[in-house]
Amino acid sequence: MKSLRYILPLLAFLILAGFLARGLNLDPREVPSPLIGKPAPSFALTRLDDPAATFKRDDMLGKVWMLNVWASWCVACREEHPLLVEFSKRGLVPIYGLNYKDKRPDGQGWLARFGNPYNASLFDDDGRVGIDFGVYGVPETFIIDKQGVIRLKHIGPLTPDVIRERIEPMLSKLNA
Amino acid sequence: MIPEIGHFALWLALGVALMLSVMPMLGATRGRADWMALARPAATLQFVLVAFAFGCLVAAFVGNDFSVLYVASNSNTSLPTQYRVAAVWGGHEGSMLLWLLMLTGWAFAVARFSKHLPGPVLARILSVMGVLSVGFLLFLLLTSNPFDRLANPPLDGRDLNPLLQDPGMVFHPPMLYMGYVGLSVAFSFAVAALIGGNLDTTWARWTRPWTTVAWIFLTIGIAMGSGWAYYELGWGGWWFWDPVENASFMPWLVATALIHSLAVTEKRGSFKSWTVLLAILAFSLSLLGTFLVRSGVLSSVHAFATDPRRGLFILGFLVFVIGASLALYAWRAPKVGLGARFEWVSRETFLLANNVLLMAACGAVLLGTLYPLLLDALGMGKLSVGPPYFDTVFVPLMTPLIFLIGIGPLARWKQAELPQLARRLRWAFGAALVVAVLTNWWRGHLGIVSTLGLMMAFWIVAALATDLADRLRPNGIVKTSLWHRAGLIPRAMIGMMVAHLGIAVFIFGVTMVKSGEIERDVKMAVGDTTEVLGYTFTFRGVQALMGPNYRASQGTLDVTRDGKAVITLHPEKRIFPVAGATMTEAAIDTGFTRDLYVSLGEPIDNGAAWIVRVYVKPFISWIWGGCLMMAFGGFLAATDRRYRAKVRQTQGADVKVAA
Amino acid sequence: MHNSHTRPRPGRLLVVLGWLLALCATALPALANDAAPAAADPALEARMTRITAELRCLVCQNQTIADSNADLAVDLRRQVREMLSKGDDDAKIIQYMTDRYGDFVLYRPPVKATTWLLWFGPALMLLFGFGALAVVMRRRARTAAEQFDADDPALFADPHQS
Repeated sequence: MKSLRYILPLLAFLILAGFLARGLNLDPREVPSPLIGKPAPSFALTRLDDPAATFKRDDMLGKVWMLNVWASWCVACREEHPLLVEFSKRGLVPIYGLNYKDKRPDGQGWLARFGNPYNASLFDDDGRVGIDFGVYGVPETFIIDKQGVIRLKHIGPLTPDVIRERIEPMLSKLNA
Repeated sequence: MIPEIGHFALWLALGVALMLSVMPMLGATRGRADWMALARPAATLQFVLVAFAFGCLVAAFVGNDFSVLYVASNSNTSLPTQYRVAAVWGGHEGSMLLWLLMLTGWAFAVARFSKHLPGPVLARILSVMGVLSVGFLLFLLLTSNPFDRLANPPLDGRDLNPLLQDPGMVFHPPMLYMGYVGLSVAFSFAVAALIGGNLDTTWARWTRPWTTVAWIFLTIGIAMGSGWAYYELGWGGWWFWDPVENASFMPWLVATALIHSLAVTEKRGSFKSWTVLLAILAFSLSLLGTFLVRSGVLSSVHAFATDPRRGLFILGFLVFVIGASLALYAWRAPKVGLGARFEWVSRETFLLANNVLLMAACGAVLLGTLYPLLLDALGMGKLSVGPPYFDTVFVPLMTPLIFLIGIGPLARWKQAELPQLARRLRWAFGAALVVAVLTNWWRGHLGIVSTLGLMMAFWIVAALATDLADRLRPNGIVKTSLWHRAGLIPRAMIGMMVAHLGIAVFIFGVTMVKSGEIERDVKMAVGDTTEVLGYTFTFRGVQALMGPNYRASQGTLDVTRDGKAVITLHPEKRIFPVAGATMTEAAIDTGFTRDLYVSLGEPIDNGAAWIVRVYVKPFISWIWGGCLMMAFGGFLAATDRRYRAKVRQTQGADVKVAA
Repeated sequence: MHNSHTRPRPGRLLVVLGWLLALCATALPALANDAAPAAADPALEARMTRITAELRCLVCQNQTIADSNADLAVDLRRQVREMLSKGDDDAKIIQYMTDRYGDFVLYRPPVKATTWLLWFGPALMLLFGFGALAVVMRRRARTAAEQFDADDPALFADPHQS
């Protein structure tokens, strides 16, 4: 029994090492969203292509839709954009863009150059709607269900794996 | 050519390290004197080879050899020469080579300064250090080779991160690594003693100076890091409880506990197994720190570029070294003797209480640093643990410790009397309380926390004065002069007093700054003034200037007090075109009783005015002054006559030989 | 000679004007402003500094939003300032942030079931440490005297036991 306590430091260390090993597969910088499972924040924004037209969150009630946060100054958005354009052609889900902290001419020009996968893009020039959605890095992608509840958030550029393994299954589930 | 030679030297060093790990250890087990004799030359050769490789890397940097990938990633032709040298340890691979240089350097030092150690003991110690070298050499050669070439060398490099282009970069990492790595000596002494079964007071006496010296470097290294953050980063703070800062602070806390525990073991032979465990833990925390910074497991401003493969390697090495030594501890420690007896109230228990408090503090820092990882690994969400947590948790743990600093030195070994101690110290306690309250009343800041902080600082001074007065008092039997009695105080005791005084100075600085610092953010056009604590700051405008590898906007502020000029300050905003970064260079006037700190914010009204942040920070330099005093105290303690070989040889009869 | 002073001549007038201007110029430093605070309301700024120092910037994740220059930090500082001007209390602002970003944004972790170990851990460690010390001391007290080493006479001859 006396010898038992001398084992404690070794045991404590091995438990710690286990956690450290697990930590090698985690990303300490990724911030998960507290909004999953909660209603999407309400917003009313003008459209990027038409300052007179307004788009509200409630306009999309009853439909499953995707919100993709992008900006013309965002380098990583260029990475995912061709993929997004391809994906939009499949017509699986209506895609709306949130043009985050951008200028109208820059945003429109960017879409003209690189393609427009969006049914419409919403112009969030001061970033307040982005903050309401918990956006902290561009690009980010949300899937919102028929009741207006956020069901998925992906941080960073979309990749074929993400679309195949996370987005398509979620869409099937929500459309069922 | 030179990088290849350097690379080859590292492979040779690996061979030597492998031989060093095995032969002397086997020789000690089998009593083969010829195998044991290999230890010293092998440790020396290992160091020479690694130093040579390091020299090759320095040459590649100074010579702007951008065909070497590491040089191209961290340097630039417009980088001033001293920063080209500092850039050697600016990235992961080079800093690992610096680690290795320090490790082999310390092994060389042990080989050189160990004439008093018996052959088998030295052989085992150096073998353990050889095992550590093998691990780091393999890590370097297999995953982090600084000598990798680029197929198409660029015309110019990527430049050293502008934040690192500062004198602090030249000194802080080497000092810090000397401390981190120096703890490997105590570790090796402990593991060697567990293997050889020679844990006794002599072992403690051998280990103590090596631990103290490593502690001195770690103290200076951490203080430099903090001072550098203050001078360089422009945010006015000096400690953020960032994971990497914590990674250096935890070994320091354990090393401090170790120094005090070694005192008990050396003098009284008690708590040997606890001291051995501390020696293992201190270096283990150094290794853990290395892992945390380079594996990507925690997010930190200091983190190097991360790669899961490297993280896995270091973790594997960690598990092997720490796991094996703790397993060895579990097996051998129960057989270690109890040492001499002591009572519930005695210097021994005060020192052990010191250890409990320091280890609880270390545990708290470890818990806070790793908690985000813990929760995430268990799938329980993500959170952040920052300064508000650490400040709340750390200070209450330190307060009883400071209280003990006053009592411990006055208590007798084996058995002390609390009433007697209380009687001797009540004046010190009362004086500390009164002076603290008066100081705060005079300042106009009657806060409980700052009064407590000041009281802790004054308590240390008053208790120290009580102890000193006691030692200098004539002892009645023989008439002696004050000087003579002062000369009788062992240097190690003086060192302790100076180090404890350094803590008092540190606490005083922290308390005064935290409770008395004034910040003012103002909009200033040319000619505008602002007044803080009697100092008048007049804005004279901003002009553009060019540095060696940056463009700057330099502001000018004249500072006067009572109409007399004090200083002119030049805060800057620097833009580094190659790295694409903007840096705020604060202008600081360092003084004995206060720092004047000015930094530029943003231009407004199209450059007609600027936002300027003006601070007056009372006694902030005492924070680092206190750390330097602690280090100096350590130096005095480490150079006490009982560790100096020359004296030992002439006083042969006085030397206690291990039974 | 005194006749030349009865009617001011243009040259004299200019000199006088010049002196007047010079006098005004020396008075200009006195007119130079005591610099206005960068912020309109110091009390609000004090609360602002305190709150933003406890919020983590999600972009430059090792700075507070008070210190960070990232766009998001600037936006969030603006948001905090607006909420303070509206009269919202600290709890409401913290709630706003955690609703959108989760507990990760707080440098002071909230006290909840998942953080009990964090907040009470240090006290527990301290209790455990002193408890272990007490147990060991008691065990030593029960051990027979022969198990211990003898005292070193040299140490006890020294009055200060250095």
